Amino acid sequence: MTTATVPLLEFDSLRVTLPLGGTQRTVIHRVDLALAAGSAVGLVGESGSGKSLTARSVLGLLPEGARIEGDVRFDGASVPAMRQAELRTLRSRHAAMVFQDPRTHINPLRTVGDFLTEALVSVRREPRAQAEAKVVALLREVHVADAERRMRQRPSELSGGLLQRVMIASALAVEPRLLLADEPTTALDVTTQAEVMAIIDEARENRGLTLLFITHDLALAAAVCDRIAVMYAGHLVEELPARRLVGDAAHRYTRALLASRPDPTVPDARLRAVDGRPLSAFEAGPGCPFAPRCAAAQELCHRERPEPRAVADGRAACHFPHAVDPQAVDLDAVDPHAADTERTAR
Amino acid sequence: MTSYQLASVVGRRARAARLRRLLRGKLVLVAAGAVVALVVLAAVFAPLIAPYDPNAVDPMAVSQGSSAAHWLGTDDTGRDIASRLLHGARPSLLAPLVVTVGAGLVGTALAVAAAWLGGWWDRAITAVLDVVFGFPGLVLAVVGAAVFGAGLKIAVLTLTIAYLPYVARVVRGSALKERNLPYVAALRMLGLGGGRIVLRHVVPNLLPLVLVQTATAFGYTLLDVAAFSFIGLGAQPPTAEWGLMVAQGAPGILAGAPQESLYAGLAIVVFVVACSLLGAGLSQRLTGGER
Repeated sequence: MTTATVPLLEFDSLRVTLPLGGTQRTVIHRVDLALAAGSAVGLVGESGSGKSLTARSVLGLLPEGARIEGDVRFDGASVPAMRQAELRTLRSRHAAMVFQDPRTHINPLRTVGDFLTEALVSVRREPRAQAEAKVVALLREVHVADAERRMRQRPSELSGGLLQRVMIASALAVEPRLLLADEPTTALDVTTQAEVMAIIDEARENRGLTLLFITHDLALAAAVCDRIAVMYAGHLVEELPARRLVGDAAHRYTRALLASRPDPTVPDARLRAVDGRPLSAFEAGPGCPFAPRCAAAQELCHRERPEPRAVADGRAACHFPHAVDPQAVDLDAVDPHAADTERTAR
Repeated sequence: MTSYQLASVVGRRARAARLRRLLRGKLVLVAAGAVVALVVLAAVFAPLIAPYDPNAVDPMAVSQGSSAAHWLGTDDTGRDIASRLLHGARPSLLAPLVVTVGAGLVGTALAVAAAWLGGWWDRAITAVLDVVFGFPGLVLAVVGAAVFGAGLKIAVLTLTIAYLPYVARVVRGSALKERNLPYVAALRMLGLGGGRIVLRHVVPNLLPLVLVQTATAFGYTLLDVAAFSFIGLGAQPPTAEWGLMVAQGAPGILAGAPQESLYAGLAIVVFVVACSLLGAGLSQRLTGGER
């Protein structure tokens, strides 16, 4: 087996169930996705669509009682089959994660330096002085000024943006091949967001990292990533090259998401929300999970779950993908004002 | 009176009231701390400051009231009560200290183990603690005394067991909360092992709570040790111990010589109240007003 042909990270019909309210409920129905080494994939979807759980399954860190079907393979090795020691090696040497809210993901009573060096010293057995030097260099790399002083401070003394850079430094300290970024900018304000994103992008470039970037922000994902994967209610519904996202998205859900983005050129325009509410994964019926909210849904959509199929150089799990069936209602063509008047009339 | 003067007077009163409130809280804490410190010092240096040997009988000075020779009088065998109180502070303080430290250590270990391991372990540990919780400390002490014979060591052992659930229940709740905080998951993602996360992160973060729990319990355990000695299940004569002194002085109350029971009882009450106030103050400072 050569690494050239094996993707660095591969989800193979991943299905995850969690014990909720006495029964085992499905939270991820089906995720098929491959990340080639050095690529960046954006995983987008609404809250509760299973994005974070998908990312956590890579590090074998699912909630208690979770059951996995299918497989997640890191560099050809099955993560669910790993023993505890192998998992720790994976986490401390090969893959790292950056979280949404840095403040809750760091022990508030320990110094930043303690936090950054602990894994290096205790798991990787690096000498403390060497670990500290390495971590200070990393802090400089992620543009933290005054790194030595920051090392002695506690998390409460740092701003959110600064703390997120510390988290990125801690992820990079592992010298990982894979970086999982779980909405790393959601808890930050807009200018800090841009800086943090630039840092992640820079680190990826310099180190040839593979990136799985989880976000709500379609535009951001399209800007940073090579490919975009869209999740809805525990299903991976579409996967396509990022540059084709806006023009050629085939799945009805992706199109609806794109249509609901605010348009900065039209002042005071009403946002076009997707009607209905997002389904939890376990609420999905036998058909397409998006069918109840889909403007183009037909009888078949409610009855039969669509298989992912190739659409141009991507895949979409849709019975009537946008480009394939031009006869179906084009969401982009619908006049938002017409929809508004209709709603007020009712 | 001009409005300016009025405003200044009102302002001064408000300021004075605020100062009083601030000082009152602090004063109580400081006074309680001073009492506790004083008693601890007295216990440590008892042999140096006690005017008499606590067990030296004096048939010529039996059941005397306060005098220049015997500040707090003598008991029914002529032993100096002040010296007995000073020496008695040692077992009276040491026994509850061992109980609270023991219950604090073992209780925290059990609680963290239950919370961290979860599932079957949690259910087993919680069930055992609930069973212990169901027995009053006194019943345990009677059983202990019946099996091993009465004595301070047995009393300490049974009280330690009896106090385990008090510490463990509260700590387990907080440990559960702590375990589910995102930073613990983040540490796991960095490849840290469970043992290290527990010992280096979870337990240190729980320490303020453990400290408050044990500090608050200390006063009560002291009362319990004294009670056990009072009914004959703790310290045995001729040991100088506060609870035992209350019991031994009891006949004197009716005979018109209440000093032994009175002063020993006062020592217990003052010290326990000071401990409780200190514990409450600590809890407010360390856990931000919780509990």
